[in-house]
Amino acid sequence: MIKNIKYIISLLVVLLLTGPAFGLSDAYKNNIYSPGELKPVDSVLNVKVGDKAPDFTLPSLSGERISLNDYKGKKNVVLSFVPAAWTPVCSDQWPGYNLARSFFDENDAILLGITVDNIPTLYAWTNQMGNLWFPVLSDFWPHGGVADLYGVLRTSGVTERALFVIDKEGIIRYATVGDINKRPELGALVTELRKLKGK
Amino acid sequence: MKKVLTGFAASLLVIMAAFSSFGQSAPPSVGGTLPKISLPVPQDEAYRQYLGLKGGGTFLVPQIKANVVIVQIFSMYCPHCQRDAPVANEFFSKLSADSKLKDTVKLIGIGAGNSDFEIDFFRKQYGIKFPLFSDGEFLIHKSIGEVRTPYFIAIKINKNGTHKVVYSKLGGINDPDEFLKIVRGFSGL
Repeated sequence: MIKNIKYIISLLVVLLLTGPAFGLSDAYKNNIYSPGELKPVDSVLNVKVGDKAPDFTLPSLSGERISLNDYKGKKNVVLSFVPAAWTPVCSDQWPGYNLARSFFDENDAILLGITVDNIPTLYAWTNQMGNLWFPVLSDFWPHGGVADLYGVLRTSGVTERALFVIDKEGIIRYATVGDINKRPELGALVTELRKLKGK
Repeated sequence: MKKVLTGFAASLLVIMAAFSSFGQSAPPSVGGTLPKISLPVPQDEAYRQYLGLKGGGTFLVPQIKANVVIVQIFSMYCPHCQRDAPVANEFFSKLSADSKLKDTVKLIGIGAGNSDFEIDFFRKQYGIKFPLFSDGEFLIHKSIGEVRTPYFIAIKINKNGTHKVVYSKLGGINDPDEFLKIVRGFSGL
């Protein structure tokens, strides 16, 4: 009897903790895999505000190899690490940034979207989002190398949901690792971008 | 021990029941009713007038002064909603220009998981004229079965204040004239 009650309790706890809500676009039909509720943060940052941002070079969807240093002295840079293609929150986040281009332009910033997925996967996934104005980079091989450099590679091999704002001098001005299960609010990023004005 | 575990299980069941009464597993069905969706009375006087609301505080969707209320569930982050936004605007213009429908059919949008900042940005980006409301924590979205977006629900409000869902469908407006015909159909006008 006690065993049965324990089983029921475990089942109820699992039911209570699963099933987070996502504002999922119909653009993806039934092609989104839900990993369920995950540990909010599962890594420790290797960088902090005020540090020089570690340089990296990654292949992009357009075929170019893009380095962080390409933008030094020219553009502020926002790095948006999202955990994985074809998952609920990630599939919404970049289409929002795609619409919100004006906030990046107004603050002389480029956005670099990064995941650990390979290029063919990123190609198929981002095609559902429309024409993205920003480069999408693949941190697939060596697997999660750049994510690991910044300290946002989770033990499962995907990245955190992290944002870094890097100024034209290559200095990190904002670094946030949010709850992987939630989309970061746009207003907070815009506030940080606006702080770059005059720097 | 058995008593403690039974008590704990019973408490969990109560919590589950509370959650399930708030979160609905399926979208509102035609012929049924809308869950209680409480929204803040807009600060903008033009929106208050459009919705026939006075003062501050909150209101429920069936309290809007109309025979039919169309609720658009969208997200600033949803590519289909972005593509459908100009179409929804065109539909609203046609609705507002129709002498029979303009005072009897009202349109509002609810941004699932969108903050006030995000709603405001979406409104400005597309020049949206009808009232939009934020649902930053997905509370409304959960109560209507976590529908994919865009999703449209329409309710018909009876004179005694009760209401009935007359339309509940996934997908954008796509064709404003066609949607207007559908609206005429379910509004009986």
